[in-house]
Amino acid sequence: MRDAGRFACGVREFRTMNLLAIETSTEACSIALVHGQQVFARSELAPRRHAELALPMADALLAEAGLGRHALDAIAVGRGPGAFTGVRLGVALAQGMALALDRPVVPVSSLAALALEALEDEAAILAVIDARMGEIYAACYRRDGNGGLVVLDDERVCRPDALVLPEADVWNVVGSGWASYADVLRGHLTGGLRQADGDRYPQARHVAELAVREYQAGRAVAPEQALPVYLRDKVALTLAEQGRATP
Amino acid sequence: MHISQLSNLPSKPVLGVESSCDETGVAILRWVPEAPGSGLLAHALYSQVKLHADYGGVVPELASRDHVRKLLPLVREALAQAGMTPADLGGVAYTAGPGLVGALLVGAAAARAMAWALDVPAIGVHHMEGHLLAPLLEADPPKPPFVALLVSGGHSMLVEVAAIGRYRILGDTLDDAAGEAFDKTAKLMGLPYPGGPALAKLAEQGRAGAFRFSRPMTDRPGLDFSFSGLKTQVLLAWQQSDQSEQTRADVARGFEEAIVDTLVIKCRRALEATGTGRLVIAGGVGANKRLRETLAAAGQQDGFRTYFPRLQFCTDNGAMIALAGAIRLAAGQGQDEAVRVAPRWDLQGLQPV
Repeated sequence: MRDAGRFACGVREFRTMNLLAIETSTEACSIALVHGQQVFARSELAPRRHAELALPMADALLAEAGLGRHALDAIAVGRGPGAFTGVRLGVALAQGMALALDRPVVPVSSLAALALEALEDEAAILAVIDARMGEIYAACYRRDGNGGLVVLDDERVCRPDALVLPEADVWNVVGSGWASYADVLRGHLTGGLRQADGDRYPQARHVAELAVREYQAGRAVAPEQALPVYLRDKVALTLAEQGRATP
Repeated sequence: MHISQLSNLPSKPVLGVESSCDETGVAILRWVPEAPGSGLLAHALYSQVKLHADYGGVVPELASRDHVRKLLPLVREALAQAGMTPADLGGVAYTAGPGLVGALLVGAAAARAMAWALDVPAIGVHHMEGHLLAPLLEADPPKPPFVALLVSGGHSMLVEVAAIGRYRILGDTLDDAAGEAFDKTAKLMGLPYPGGPALAKLAEQGRAGAFRFSRPMTDRPGLDFSFSGLKTQVLLAWQQSDQSEQTRADVARGFEEAIVDTLVIKCRRALEATGTGRLVIAGGVGANKRLRETLAAAGQQDGFRTYFPRLQFCTDNGAMIALAGAIRLAAGQGQDEAVRVAPRWDLQGLQPV
């Protein structure tokens, strides 16, 4: 991309890097601040109050780290999938901040952030969010041994009974999808189940961890290119689909 | 610089963001009290009308999705028009309601976050206050007190403006808004969405007196409106007609005349009741040619003055939000860092300026 050079980042910059991460795509509202080697974070299970809480949380973290807003090098955001409104809230906040500060945005999958909630071991990870309307958002990962993730199976939206999982000896399953569909999902697991936690949500500190790596790899984007990923893209029927002729 | 010169410095420009329904609007305005229009430095708009046409109406989720795609490019466009960077902004205003909650949230969150990052004040603006004040952007702006007729796809209201921020609703619609009546009637007559403007265009070919429909709620005192029954009258007349092209135009004309006459009758009553000699017309239906002409003629006859915003500021836009926000910010008002939107919000409960 045109501005890639400006967003590229050397080792020296990484050591002193300041990155603010926003994750509001599920029931948890969380903000994290990477300041060099330190990570500051706030998280609250607060359905419907994300819009109210996000910026005050960001202020609290900057104060804790003794940083001004202009010290931020990049804004990271959990860009979904998740609740449509929550996903858009996070993305819009990140876009607005980044445009005003003239900084890039690092969009991160909320399912990938959720996967980092799993145990730190060699097991395959199923990150699964209840997508409502009888569906789930799901993706499979494995830890790369270096703090990051390897994608085993891409994120998708589907009915829980239609989920197809890759082969693995042992699984860690995290996310609200497990809380809603444990029985159906258990039937899809080929290997053993080590961890099953339906009470985990994507957290900004994991968005931040993944974003630092993405930023280093040159995958930050201009704020207007940071867009939500909904996965569920058919949200209404056109007149033609409703079986009525368009005049 | 000597301190005595400070008061002569122009206030810093305010960014205005509108995203309450199916238009994304962004504008930059410097508050110039004596001539607000001269402070308008940029405005950019994206209309989603085509997006929703396939669905026969606004789909809220699709509207929200489009706002989050279009807002930042529009902010860039407005900044470029004004020859500015974000750091030149002194405040940010956004529509906080009423409107579609998901759509409002996109604009509010991005705008509030911009203000946060720039460390400048932010203000949530009432969408209808934006419409009410839009005529201030024109040359020779109206001074309060005045009466405003707000007519759009979502509203039909008569409002007494005692001062900026002090509003009293004199009359409201009991069912369909005027613009909604236009759109629904157009749909009944087989015109594609959004049919209102198409219906008005068609009415230009209609013959006067070919169809006459009632002027709802004008036979009793009061300033409320009801347009739902009119739609049914039109449907019956259309179904019982030969449905030729000329008849379609004739029916459209009869319908438009009924709406316009009703609005004019109520405006006259409102002006009489308040003893005010100034009438402001705002909202999308304010772009209707027959309404403009008939009200202007009524004003000449009765001795009241009419104030219309230019056509592009009748419909939803960022300029009116920047204006209302700039006025409130200049008065020292502002919002904390919580992003709050209100799908319903009483215009009469606003803080005076």
